[in-house]
Amino acid sequence: MNEAVIFISLAALFGVFMAWGIGANDVANAMATSVGSKALTIRQAILVAAVFEFIGAVLAGGEVTSTIRKGIIDASLLSDSPELLVYGMLAALLAAGCWLFIASHKGWPVSTTHSIVGAIVGFAAVGIGMEAVKWGKVGSIVLSWVISPLTAGIIAFLIFRSVQWLIIEREDPLPRARRYVPFYMFLAGFTITLVTLFKGLKHVGLHLSTTEAYAIAAGVGIVIALVGRFFIQRIKVDRKADKQFHFHTVERVFGILMVVTACGMAFAHGSNDVANAIGPVAAVVSIADSGVVGQKSPIPIWVLLLGGIGIVFGLATYGVRVIATVGQRITHLTPSRGFAAELAAASTIVVASGTGMPISTTHTLVGAVLGVGMARGIAAIDLGVVGRILLSWVVTIPAGAIMAIVFYYILKAILG
Amino acid sequence: MGNYLAGIFGSSPIEPLQMHMDTCHAAVRELVVLFQAAANDDWDAAAEALKAISIKEWEADGLKHSIRRQLSRNLMMPVPREDLIDLVQTQDRVANLSKKTARMVLWRKMRLPEEIKEPFLALLERTAAASKKARKSIRELDELYETGFRGAEAERVENIISQIEEIESETDRMQGALRGRLLEIEDRLPPVHAMFLYRTVDLVGEIADSAEHVGRRLDGLLRL
Repeated sequence: MNEAVIFISLAALFGVFMAWGIGANDVANAMATSVGSKALTIRQAILVAAVFEFIGAVLAGGEVTSTIRKGIIDASLLSDSPELLVYGMLAALLAAGCWLFIASHKGWPVSTTHSIVGAIVGFAAVGIGMEAVKWGKVGSIVLSWVISPLTAGIIAFLIFRSVQWLIIEREDPLPRARRYVPFYMFLAGFTITLVTLFKGLKHVGLHLSTTEAYAIAAGVGIVIALVGRFFIQRIKVDRKADKQFHFHTVERVFGILMVVTACGMAFAHGSNDVANAIGPVAAVVSIADSGVVGQKSPIPIWVLLLGGIGIVFGLATYGVRVIATVGQRITHLTPSRGFAAELAAASTIVVASGTGMPISTTHTLVGAVLGVGMARGIAAIDLGVVGRILLSWVVTIPAGAIMAIVFYYILKAILG
Repeated sequence: MGNYLAGIFGSSPIEPLQMHMDTCHAAVRELVVLFQAAANDDWDAAAEALKAISIKEWEADGLKHSIRRQLSRNLMMPVPREDLIDLVQTQDRVANLSKKTARMVLWRKMRLPEEIKEPFLALLERTAAASKKARKSIRELDELYETGFRGAEAERVENIISQIEEIESETDRMQGALRGRLLEIEDRLPPVHAMFLYRTVDLVGEIADSAEHVGRRLDGLLRL
């Protein structure tokens, strides 16, 4: 099976390239809010991102990977010529990776998710035929691109309003922050753990009952809240920087909460975005291994590991600089705001990952930021830029599709 | 390479607005210096003060223009853009009126008659106090943004605003008394000089008014 070795090596190579791009670029958007609000130093942010992106990718990345691998294309049409699917998936990976590389180099807003979905749909519709695309599934994916920022926005609005009501509007915000912030930590730990346990861990071979899952999630939440409480108690009032209501110190309390939500965000990002790089690899591997379009085989764990390593590599080589520049520019997002946006986005993304929906983490985060803005939480949001970001997928999908089609025919000519 | 997430945060207008108010208040303080110098017949010092006021007024103008440029129509803010532009214009009036008054005093080498010297300087001092309170209320803007213009902090600012209003009505009364004094002595003054003295009292009153309007605009932001 010389051919299989070539296919798998190519897929792994392209997959790591794509994962590198995700780590280099997208991770910065997940971590920059924490750096910008000085909740984490850049070094700490890199460490948090590396650890939690990796855990998220390996533990909770399975569902979305399955969707990318076999949810978009009706592979039964290809049972006679499985190699076409291999060429297509390789082309899609290469297209999305290149597009990501070009766009991020130029500073264009681009979604990795939209480019890989566009690329797969593109090669399937043109290279194989319109009927090869599961349009129903594609429709629901596209719908999720609208729903996820909306959901994150609503959740962020509600979280931030509750913070205003419980803490910020009151006479004594500092003691109240010390009292209530651990509850938000619990909420963050509980939600993300619960969704991961329910949806993510199946492919790791862990099967838990509902009660067990709730108990474990609550346990994780309580531990996080207690550790957070310990750090919160150690924060001293900064009399020089504070005015009457000690908001400077209050923000430092929220800063500790933001460390927790940043971990959650990195985890959520890893769980959703690793699939963009790894889904096509998984598809190629399963065909090359078995020689048939086998839809039943589980995703080999080494593929997820590969994705995790690729993301961390991208983060270490290139993402560091991006985090530094972005972090310096979003200092207006104070921890009390940033945490609300991150918690809302992370919960939304983890739920989406659990249901296998490949959504754009950046768009979800933007939706959450807008939600905080709606609650009168942010001094100024440039809606012009928001519009450009949200519309960027209109460009990204055809761009990914066209490049995938070109690469598909080139690969078919060379390898076939 | 550029990053687009950072781009969605427009630059906050808070700090420029606060700097603008600081500058306007500095002009009022120099106006007090100018009148004291004029009362002492020290026209060199008065000319110095006018120069300082002109510089402050010019700086305030520059800040005003950059704030207005910065508040593009694309921004989503906790308060309406128009209200912020109104606020900066009202603040700017404090500096403009200071400069106008200072120029007139220096141009006419205007000396205050002994009878009204004391009450006039007292009026000026209260006007400066009103402007200082206005600056204090604007200095709370960052905290107001932090709280989303709600709750205990908003009440605190309302408190400052009502203090400005008190000072302003005090200056109104002082103005009235001052005009009465002027009326008593106006026959002994050169008519044109008397006219300009009335005008000066009015201008100083307008400065206090503008300071109060700054508070009112801020109050308007709290009541949205």
